[in-house]
Amino acid sequence: MTICMPEVDADVLARREQIVVALRRIVPGEGVISEPTGLRPYESDGLTAYRQMPLVVVLPETVEQVSQILAWCHAEKIRVVPRGSGTSLSGGALPLADAVLLGLGKFNHILDIDYDDRVAVVQPGVTNLAISKAVEHAGLYYAPDPSSQIACSIGGNVAENSGGVHCLKYGLTTNNVLGVELVLMDGQVVRLGGRSLDGPGLDLLGVVVGSEGLVGVVTEVTVRLLARPETARALLIGFDSVEGAGACVAAVIAAGIIPAGMEMMDRPAIHAAEVFVGAGYPLDVEALLIVELDGVEAECDFLIGEVERIASTHGALQVRISRDEEERNRFWAGRKAAFPAVSRLAPDYYCMDGTIPRRQLPFVLERIGEMSREYGLGVANVFHAGDGNLHPLILYDANRPGELDRAEAFGNDILRLCVSVGGVLTGEHGVGIEKRDLMPEMFGPADLEVQEQVKRAFDPQLLLNPGKVFPTLHRCAEAGRMHVHGGQLPFADIPRF
Amino acid sequence: MRPADQAELTAIIADANARHTRLRLRGGGTKDAVGAPCSAALVDMRGFSGVIDYDPSELVLTVGAGTPLTEIEQLLAKHCQMLAFEPWDAGCLFGKAPGEATIGGTVMAGLSGSQRLTQGSARDHFLGLKGVTGGGSSFTAGAKVVKNVTGYDLPKLLAGSWGRLAAVTELTLKVLPRPASSLTVVAEGLTPRQAWRAMATLLGSNAELAAAAHLPAGTTGGVSMTAVRVQGFSPSVEARCQIVEALDTEGRRFTRVGADAAQSIWEALQSLRLLKEGGPLWRISLPARCGPDFLAQLGASNSEWLMDWAGGLIWYAGPTDAATIRCLAGGLGGHAILMRGDEELRMNVPAFHPLPAATAALESAVRRAFDGAGVFDTGRF
Repeated sequence: MTICMPEVDADVLARREQIVVALRRIVPGEGVISEPTGLRPYESDGLTAYRQMPLVVVLPETVEQVSQILAWCHAEKIRVVPRGSGTSLSGGALPLADAVLLGLGKFNHILDIDYDDRVAVVQPGVTNLAISKAVEHAGLYYAPDPSSQIACSIGGNVAENSGGVHCLKYGLTTNNVLGVELVLMDGQVVRLGGRSLDGPGLDLLGVVVGSEGLVGVVTEVTVRLLARPETARALLIGFDSVEGAGACVAAVIAAGIIPAGMEMMDRPAIHAAEVFVGAGYPLDVEALLIVELDGVEAECDFLIGEVERIASTHGALQVRISRDEEERNRFWAGRKAAFPAVSRLAPDYYCMDGTIPRRQLPFVLERIGEMSREYGLGVANVFHAGDGNLHPLILYDANRPGELDRAEAFGNDILRLCVSVGGVLTGEHGVGIEKRDLMPEMFGPADLEVQEQVKRAFDPQLLLNPGKVFPTLHRCAEAGRMHVHGGQLPFADIPRF
Repeated sequence: MRPADQAELTAIIADANARHTRLRLRGGGTKDAVGAPCSAALVDMRGFSGVIDYDPSELVLTVGAGTPLTEIEQLLAKHCQMLAFEPWDAGCLFGKAPGEATIGGTVMAGLSGSQRLTQGSARDHFLGLKGVTGGGSSFTAGAKVVKNVTGYDLPKLLAGSWGRLAAVTELTLKVLPRPASSLTVVAEGLTPRQAWRAMATLLGSNAELAAAAHLPAGTTGGVSMTAVRVQGFSPSVEARCQIVEALDTEGRRFTRVGADAAQSIWEALQSLRLLKEGGPLWRISLPARCGPDFLAQLGASNSEWLMDWAGGLIWYAGPTDAATIRCLAGGLGGHAILMRGDEELRMNVPAFHPLPAATAALESAVRRAFDGAGVFDTGRF
């Protein structure tokens, strides 16, 4: 697999030693990595199908160092790729041969927690889960919970505008970040937002969140904390059709209920998960819903009753309600194990990520089924039903000639389908290099032009994370996806769901 | 000028580019008196009116920018839904009759109500748009789905941009279920500092407040009122009200008030009718714990201000000069917007809080990205 990246600047490659020396002057000691063995761990992120050794890795420890590195690279016209924990599934932190890889792993301190105003100020390398852990004793937590939360950094979450299972109710990263400190490519340090709810002037923070490392390097993040709900309970509901499950989801929302989580699995996904973890899922259903309610006990009790009533009037074949935490976790176990479970169905699978208007779900799943037959490749579907974020898992065998290409073509067709029914190319994995060349499916030239102009306002010389997000002029390859071979997930210790 | 469609609007903007003239975008004109007086030609956006798509179960509404806010509120109410950022008609601040505000004007001004504290502001509910840049280019951004995360999040940038980037013709907004039940619980006689403490404690509890505000004694005509709103399904609201009622703030307790009293409190935080009418009005956004500090440093009398967002928003209508207000707000990590003032004041004092040089430079670069020739740079802001 190849993908067109910006042309390598031979002149920069030739100056590598000089660049290393200059960076060492800014970051002394072990903060500059230039040996091949030291560079190897940085050659890819979570999208491991693509690998590229960086020119050099620099791991600054202070904002001043980040500023000096960027200012120097700006003056010397050297490209820079920022990196957090490197868990991106879209290649957002893929190095370039002629770019400095700027790792923020040493920015791993929680700087301040205001328990009264429920605000935490953290460095970008702090992991998502570490924030919640740090405030757990006070009954608080940080709401966005991407499935990689034990490893992914808050800086990376800001770059990708990460979501999570609970984002329908609690919002994405962008709805939970109050401010950032940002170092611009020319080395200037700006603060956008802060501890107040509204910032002054244009909402530049709004565009920084989700900008995938193309507009600046975030060196500090201020996040909003929430009170941890008193209880959470879940329902497991089986249906004899995807349509039935979809209608039930719509009816729950029409009844004014915004569940903390609402997940759907289709028959292949249910069976794979059940074989894998024995969660007790019914095997005689076509679609399974997990609906989680949280809040005070009175709220959970009431809403459990409401959702059960709605399900029974929408043709649910069976409804089970979690009686305790253990059972709730068991309901989730199958869903959370869906990815590794599916990997037992075929040597390889291919994880897609697109979003559709929920009402289109039956049509989209039917079309995916037809395409599955046309391409001769199996597919299992898991779906964040509340917000319309679909994860089709395409099954293939990379060792069979042509199958990988077919899987990629199938995947691209699914994303085009998402866009054609009014949806979008991504749900929570970002564009990166993965979906870069599909952006014109969703945005016209004028739409992309506005976005690129905004990028230029921050980084006129296009030195920050080039080759990501925006399609290049020459499409030399179809985009790749998260490929999994022989059940070997990239970063297998991180749960994905 | 009142364009009827995107093509006419594009022609108007192209013409302004060619002649180097400036354009001022306008919805219902309720906020005409915000910012420096300016003479740029008006573009009336009310031709872009009407509901384009609304499927309640998708939680998404697409409307023309010129659609009256009241029309949208009525439509959503019919389906037991709402715009959770609580947009409101700011015309009342300027003595205008109600009903003129448009959804476009409201979102572009980034105006959100008391519920912004917990539900997010206009920018958090603005999913997608169609519009024309200052350069005259028609574009779309965001999308018509709740999870609109593909591409740069330009709707956020446009919300609160006050017509300085693009002429937005169509907005897609996230809508949410209207709470089945709502109760307001009030504590009397708290100082601003005590009120902040009580509101912060409740926000950190399972009471799950929707809104929290404090009205000082001089505005209520008696004792100060600290009001919190609990809403949702009845059994839940009842349980959470009990959490609020159990809180003891130096011997003072929260008690429930009737629907009329509740309505009157929350309405007062939008109409600001309890403050002096007509004079300068400031909207100061601060870290919540600094609200009481700001008031103390300002030496404001207890009839000159209201505190919303649990301390994070101060409406101030008193005599203190602009420089002092901005200096104090800035010193506490906040900022102050001049919402209302006579022409002389508005000519001398910019509506927006001055930004640090690097941020200001970045902001003007972003403005040029949308509007290279400065067609929307009317001098108003």
